[in-house]
Amino acid sequence: MSLFHRAAMRGLLAAAVIVGAGSAFAQSDLKIMAPAAPGGGWDGTARAMQQALTGAGIAKSVQVTNVPGAGGIVGLAQLINQGKGDANQLMVNGFVMVGAILTNKAPVNLTQTTPIARLTEEALAIVVPTDSAIKDAKGLAAAIKADPAKVTWGGGSAGGVDHIAAALFTQEAGADPTKLNYIPFSGGGEALAAIIGGKVTAGVSGFSEFEGQIKAGKLRLIGVTSANRLANVDGPTIKEQGINLEITNWRSVVAPPGLTAEQTKALTDIVKKMNDSPQWKELLKQRGWDAAYLDGEAFGAFLKAENERVNKVLTSVGLVK
Amino acid sequence: MDTFVSLGQGFLVALEPMKLLYALIGVFLGTLVGVLPGIGPALTLALLLPVTFKLDPTGSLIMFAGIYYGGMYGGSTTSILINTPGESASMITALEGNRMAKSGRGGPALATAAIGSFVAGTLATIGLAFFAPYLVALAIKFGPEDYFALMVLAFVTVSATFGDSPLRGLTSLFVGLALGLVGIDILSGQSRLTYGVPELLDGVEVTTLAVGLFAIGEALYVAGRRHVAPEEVEPVRGSLWMTREDWARSWKPWLRGTALGFPIGALPAGGAEIPTFLSYNIEKKLSTKPEEFGHGAIEGVAGPEAANNASAAGTLMPLLTLGLPTSATAAILLAGFQQYGLNPGPLLFAEKPDLVWGLIASLFVANVMLVVLNLPLVGLWVRLLAIPQPWLYAGILVFAAMGTMAANPSPVELMMLLIFGLLGLMMRRYDYPIAPMVVGLILGPMAEAQLRRALSISLGDPVALVQSPIAATLLAIALAALVAPYLMKGLDRFRATED
Repeated sequence: MSLFHRAAMRGLLAAAVIVGAGSAFAQSDLKIMAPAAPGGGWDGTARAMQQALTGAGIAKSVQVTNVPGAGGIVGLAQLINQGKGDANQLMVNGFVMVGAILTNKAPVNLTQTTPIARLTEEALAIVVPTDSAIKDAKGLAAAIKADPAKVTWGGGSAGGVDHIAAALFTQEAGADPTKLNYIPFSGGGEALAAIIGGKVTAGVSGFSEFEGQIKAGKLRLIGVTSANRLANVDGPTIKEQGINLEITNWRSVVAPPGLTAEQTKALTDIVKKMNDSPQWKELLKQRGWDAAYLDGEAFGAFLKAENERVNKVLTSVGLVK
Repeated sequence: MDTFVSLGQGFLVALEPMKLLYALIGVFLGTLVGVLPGIGPALTLALLLPVTFKLDPTGSLIMFAGIYYGGMYGGSTTSILINTPGESASMITALEGNRMAKSGRGGPALATAAIGSFVAGTLATIGLAFFAPYLVALAIKFGPEDYFALMVLAFVTVSATFGDSPLRGLTSLFVGLALGLVGIDILSGQSRLTYGVPELLDGVEVTTLAVGLFAIGEALYVAGRRHVAPEEVEPVRGSLWMTREDWARSWKPWLRGTALGFPIGALPAGGAEIPTFLSYNIEKKLSTKPEEFGHGAIEGVAGPEAANNASAAGTLMPLLTLGLPTSATAAILLAGFQQYGLNPGPLLFAEKPDLVWGLIASLFVANVMLVVLNLPLVGLWVRLLAIPQPWLYAGILVFAAMGTMAANPSPVELMMLLIFGLLGLMMRRYDYPIAPMVVGLILGPMAEAQLRRALSISLGDPVALVQSPIAATLLAIALAALVAPYLMKGLDRFRATED
């Protein structure tokens, strides 16, 4: 969204903002929406934020609400329509929402929100069963080049980060991504069972989902999708094996539209303070999340770039027409 | 032998006074949550996670396990008494259980459910302690084609819930299947039948349909007929407890239900509902009094209740041994483990034996607590039926709406609940069975996804569907179950003409 557009919207909402301005700095009671059911990654992030914010004394009380539905679109719509101008409201979101908005041709999108900051990222891992003939990324690429349809991928929901990573890998391997044979599974457990059981050629998902099985020798790590090798992980990146694939599942927070510059700054300060707190650092270590803090203009630009990239990939696999 | 020693040490952990207290809190909360329609164990655990962070890991996991088991127990109570399943795995229990309650046999129905749950929970926990590694190795072998075959078998058994008219039963089933198509197609990511309503993208929630059809529909129906032909409900007729005959008719269904629920619960995509369908069907076939089915047969409560509790223990198996969360509740339990920096999986048994065996031992403890907690309550629960109907049903409407809103706070969800309630009213009025519709909504999307996954992996070759020995066996059983009754009938007629 252009600056002009944003300014115009602010003008329209001036009245609402003035009404809300009184509470702008009374951030003792913060609300964080997890646009997903309890138990998922976004819910986990929201509740971890709650723990860090109250633990570090940055906010007096933090209320976490769950608005599940459609990869977060239902929650996003609620944030945009009902949360407008509410300077005490935050929403957790992430890479998956970008894809969900595009595939479902949602009437709302992330540019309608006030971006606050990116918090964490997690590298994906590509794995094969231990008894597979494929040993490394080159081997997997060769199999894909021979016949992309015969290489079946198991991972999370269609249009999600796993699916996009599989499509990018296929493309970088020099094969036609429209022939990608990706089998989405609903829960992490089901996908993992199918991969260990050798029902699919390769699996792709967040590294932490595979970690235990890799250590236990049930899965072979082909590579991780981060730019650099992960700390404490004995395994190469995909990139260093000559396949130009770099993708991480990031999570961030956004605020409702219609906030003044001061309100936005106040929220950003709160989130930044939380990010710097020892409580948050401890939580990151516990959950195995990597810090990836990015705020302000840079975060806005990042959102835009990811949106374009995802759109391109989803179009190439036929999910976005 | 090692297992005995480890389990013994586990009991030492689980029987510490503080751990017992955690277990008691857990089963109490779980029972409460199971009783309230729409609020499931998954939501409760998620809400409690931040609270329990300060407790020690073993204590809070013991509490979580108590909630999980308690939820499975509690779900049957409202199913039986007021035809309102607390969660979808208790739906089948409502079919016979509520009939029993209406004819004054609510006490025995609750008792057979509680004791059956105890038997199943205990046996399945023994299975979890002793056979987990072997069964999990087998469960992993299940591929999409095998799941599809299991779904086919479940579909065949649905006919047991049809009642008197197969045509009406099929109509109800197909409406359920159509509802199952609503939302994002899991394999292509495209939306179907959502008409631009974002709340519909995730499909129709099973609990919303079940609570709408059962609870709201029932309340409206009772209200509508109150002055026309009021239904006489006797809270208690005959013994409040199970008679000798009740015991004789219950123990085999308990064991069979356990045998179905435990392995299917252990499958990564098995779930708690399918074994209850299968159990109901088997009990109907094997019963010495099949004519009682549909009018309050105790076997129809005993079997499915045992099955859903056994499946709860089954679900813990892939979680503990492989770190595979196979249900929403298991996923949150996994998050609970991770909160303490524990990674369930092949290494957990070796690295944290205290915790794992303490947890397993506490499952036994939770089971005993639940049966002790629930049996004396039977007398109290059946008094619910003595509450004047207008009050009772007003209460049901409030709790049904509240439960739905707690799980999914959106006006669209509430509208759906109301529409399903009206649909339930009409179906009762015109004598259409309700259960097949919910079954269709549960099985339809699962069967579709597994079929398409199987075909996608085999590059469109349908032979793959029967190539796996597991799938072939399951399909053969399904075929036999479908054809056998007709063959028998034909044979009988053949014999009759010979005479």
